[in-house]
Amino acid sequence: MNILISRLVQAATVAVLVGAATFAMMRSLPGDAAWRIAAGRYGYDNVNTAAADAVRAELGLGGHWFPAFTQWMGDLLRFDFGVSLVSGQPVIAEITHQLGASLWLALTAVGLSLLIGPPLGVLAGLRPGGALDRGLLVVSAALKAIPQFLMALILILVLSVQLGWLPAAGHGQARHFILPALALALGLAAVNARIARDAMASIAAMPFYHFAQWKGLSRRQVLWRHGLRNVSVPLLTYLGLQFVTLVEGVVVIESIVGWPGIGHALVHAVFARDVPMVQGTALMLGLGFVLVNALIDLAVTRIDPRGAR
Amino acid sequence: MTTFSNTLPPGRAIGAVVLALMLGFALVGPLLVPGDPFAQSLMKSLAGPDSGAPFGYDHLGRSLWHRLAHALRLSPAIALAAVVTAGAAGLVLGTLAAARGGWVERLLMILADALMALPGLLLVLIVLAIMPGTAMGFWAGLSLVLWVEFFRLTRAATRSTLASPAVQAARLLGFRWPYVFRTHLWPEIAPLMLTAAAFGTATAIMGIAALGFVSVGMRAPTPELGLMMVELLPYWREAPMALLTPVLATFALLLGLTLLAGGQKA
Repeated sequence: MNILISRLVQAATVAVLVGAATFAMMRSLPGDAAWRIAAGRYGYDNVNTAAADAVRAELGLGGHWFPAFTQWMGDLLRFDFGVSLVSGQPVIAEITHQLGASLWLALTAVGLSLLIGPPLGVLAGLRPGGALDRGLLVVSAALKAIPQFLMALILILVLSVQLGWLPAAGHGQARHFILPALALALGLAAVNARIARDAMASIAAMPFYHFAQWKGLSRRQVLWRHGLRNVSVPLLTYLGLQFVTLVEGVVVIESIVGWPGIGHALVHAVFARDVPMVQGTALMLGLGFVLVNALIDLAVTRIDPRGAR
Repeated sequence: MTTFSNTLPPGRAIGAVVLALMLGFALVGPLLVPGDPFAQSLMKSLAGPDSGAPFGYDHLGRSLWHRLAHALRLSPAIALAAVVTAGAAGLVLGTLAAARGGWVERLLMILADALMALPGLLLVLIVLAIMPGTAMGFWAGLSLVLWVEFFRLTRAATRSTLASPAVQAARLLGFRWPYVFRTHLWPEIAPLMLTAAAFGTATAIMGIAALGFVSVGMRAPTPELGLMMVELLPYWREAPMALLTPVLATFALLLGLTLLAGGQKA
């Protein structure tokens, strides 16, 4: 229960931070926010003073900051994110619409990375210093030095432009998933594989593991019964921390391949100074992290009850 | 620290050499071949290397040699400034939290945990929108993101060291906090800080390049690694080497930093 309380505190702090940051963003925008928003709504060529004044009156821009701040935080705590300044749609509707696309992309990426990374890591960890282990070390070091956007660029150039196997951008069909998911998954797998390798190597060197082999279990049985369950604990914990990396990757990669998800929307919202959208998406992503990690905390205490009190 | 350079593991040594080469090029390159990263000459658009531009020209006929050298000054300079700020803040707050305990520690931990839950690039984007000037915005935003790691490391290391008999003995002998910090805490923290600083610099450079690549970071015509890539991407078929120049430079820079960081941490 202790874990859950600290996660609740974390969630509340995330909400306050996001609220304060977006309020500061709203207040200190360089230039006239009303003009910016009007430009976002009507296009840069159709903005005039009348349109900007209409926006200013409608949104109540101007006035003292303190009452505005209390109202701002009050709205936030009631999960009233307001209306997108650009599209005029309620923020919550926009986000739930976009969240699905991002969620599928992120889940595919995580699934793909789990298929690539941990199996290789476990095999390498069973024979530390072997050819696979050394090869994996080099490959994962190289992959870690490639940021996700660069990986997407390389995959687009190789798979789409040169070989013509996959579409470079787009959304809607299954084959559109492969490229962005792979770009995200390779970076995650490079880390997953190292974690799995280190965990497996240290577990395989422990006395209980040798005892299991010695009492006559086959290598396969030992691995399934005694190895993998122990490997999964650090792997799961790390997966929770990787969530932030994943979200950053989703934000960047969605913008590159034109994926209609929450990251793409966030970049556009920041660009158009659509503060309610920024607030809604930021809050969603931060609370998503807390939720995922709370679930992982619970899963880990089930797999390895020794830590729980 | 004297044994440090003698016993540098091979991975870290390679990383240090790669970094030294990249930074050496950034600092000395424009002196070897005089030129201007902003000077356009559309006659030379996407032309190959010549004596005035050893790496050839980009789509606007600007020398890639000089643009790359300036890009390799800009991102590492911002990254280092952010890491130094974040490292100092993390060190001070981490030591404070561990030494004081109680409410100070709890509040700082809550703040750090909440910042950990927010994607770093998102915070940088928000700060970029608030701060005037892109370079200042990157510095402030990246510092805000990076201090958490230094804080956590310092706090954890300081807590265990402060509880050790050596520190208790030093306190009982009447030594003051500056002495305890210098002789007992800093030797424990320093190697951790070096690794975290290398990773932090890599994170910062990746962030600047990623936001440049999706056109929300540095603005054209500033020479910046991500921006150079996205500018040259449409000309991939005509001039693959022009696009590969910033790509390979970014890869080498990040590989050097990851190798220098060493250790197992991702």
